[in-house]
Amino acid sequence: MRQPVSSQPCIKVLRAGPLALLQDSGRFGVRHLGVTQGGPADLYSWAWANHLTANPWGSANLEITFGGLQLIAGRDLQIAITGADLGATIDQKPVPLWQRVSWKEGETLAFAAPVNGLRAYLAVCGGFVAEPVLGSVAAVTREELGGFCGMGAKLATGDQLSVYGKDQHVGEGLKQAPREAIPDFSQPAVLDLLPGAQIAHFTGRSLFDAFNNWWLVDDRADRMGVRLTGPRLNCKISTLVSEGISLGGVQVPPDGQPIVLLNDRQTIGGYPRLGSLSPLSAARLAQCLPREKVRLVAKGSEAALTEYRSFRALFNKA
Amino acid sequence: MKPSFESAGLDGWIVRLFEVIDEHNLPWLSALSHRCEQEFGDALVDLVPSYTTLLVVFDPLMVSSPQARAMICRILADLEPEDSTHTGEVHKLPTWYDLSVGPELPRVAAQAGMAVSDVIEAHSQQVYRVFALGFAPGFAFMGLTDPRLECARLDTPRRLVPPGSVAMAGRQTAAYPTATPGGWNLLGRTSARLFDRNREGFSLLRVGDQVRFVPVSRNEFEREGGNTTPMEPLA
Repeated sequence: MRQPVSSQPCIKVLRAGPLALLQDSGRFGVRHLGVTQGGPADLYSWAWANHLTANPWGSANLEITFGGLQLIAGRDLQIAITGADLGATIDQKPVPLWQRVSWKEGETLAFAAPVNGLRAYLAVCGGFVAEPVLGSVAAVTREELGGFCGMGAKLATGDQLSVYGKDQHVGEGLKQAPREAIPDFSQPAVLDLLPGAQIAHFTGRSLFDAFNNWWLVDDRADRMGVRLTGPRLNCKISTLVSEGISLGGVQVPPDGQPIVLLNDRQTIGGYPRLGSLSPLSAARLAQCLPREKVRLVAKGSEAALTEYRSFRALFNKA
Repeated sequence: MKPSFESAGLDGWIVRLFEVIDEHNLPWLSALSHRCEQEFGDALVDLVPSYTTLLVVFDPLMVSSPQARAMICRILADLEPEDSTHTGEVHKLPTWYDLSVGPELPRVAAQAGMAVSDVIEAHSQQVYRVFALGFAPGFAFMGLTDPRLECARLDTPRRLVPPGSVAMAGRQTAAYPTATPGGWNLLGRTSARLFDRNREGFSLLRVGDQVRFVPVSRNEFEREGGNTTPMEPLA
């Protein structure tokens, strides 16, 4: 059992920025109630943030979108920032990313604006203190579930955050991600799509277009889904009886422009789908800013499974 | 019933049992759900039943897609529908049908060629089944309504539908648990708490449950804590 070192909060929010949310691995076993999954939009970077702070898989850390967040430490902390480069500084000195660093009492940790990628993950050794709702602290604002207050709120200026005390694991583990593990968000994303669902009902021309064009990430992109614009895809069925949708599901509404469904998607939906992005490709897409270009590549589920298992194996050794 | 499988990514299968929405699908879908819970055990992550399908989400670190598919095939081979004679309780949702909170009552009445009072009667006489939960936490898709009431969704969804709103689209009906955008035709409002954080499992309604909308007066609705703020009719 982890115990808070004291009930005293040790991080204060000086400026909230547009969107910072507490995210553990997500809310599972509740989708039959209409409750969404939630969890980190970029699972890969989120997992690394926990790994570098020696927090176990599933620990909650902060997902910071766009930047703008400013925090002050009330005691000495060990942290790791992964994911997007949002120009993070501690007392105006740049923070090295993808490694464990010290954040001392009284210092201000500030995120500016996206340099590369869209979402950064801030993990603190010991982990943030929050009460689970329906088995998870993942913050889903639309459903008013999870987060620090339990009601799904994003961080607000003036919030005070508590951190669990150091447990015996801190100090062990990898302190820096190897170079090859760090994604380069400046390169256009190539996304693996596992064909499935209603793919057979799309026209041959549309299938060719789907995999042989660059797609643009639209302004309409959030934690529910990311809309892609490009050639119009035609499906011989326009709507179907609503059915469950999985993470990364690529649905095509009648306007022919695909929407890739992410963590906060609704549980069921009624548009035909090409298939699903692999979990790691869904994570990669979540780092794309509007007007970036992405490409879809068909991938077999066996290859995607091998990739996913080796990703997870990295974090299960501890 | 000819079950078919559709890939839903690395960790999921859509099991399609039926082609069309029908109350008789439910005993089969709930039997399949319960058997999956038993057979998958800890490897099961989520089950999302809907009208004609069940999405089975499993842990890909514990079972692969082909293994999961084989397990579901074995379950389907000797699947029996659950006993539908056991009807259980019927949830009664006190509903205030009124033009101020149900601005589409006249629209539904006009296209059905009925009086508003007949629409209310037809809607409240039926016992509905919960076919699926989704869209929002605790949002239950129910049906089927009297065929005369069948109606299209609004051309432009409302930006905000207040919680408790009782609505119709196609031959389905529902009540909104929380304030969300929505494009269904509003008929009235219920004082029932459809999603309550103090309730075990939060959602009042579950797939397979039975529901009746019971007309109540404005006084009764208000006494039960119903919100009488009027709804703007569509321009």
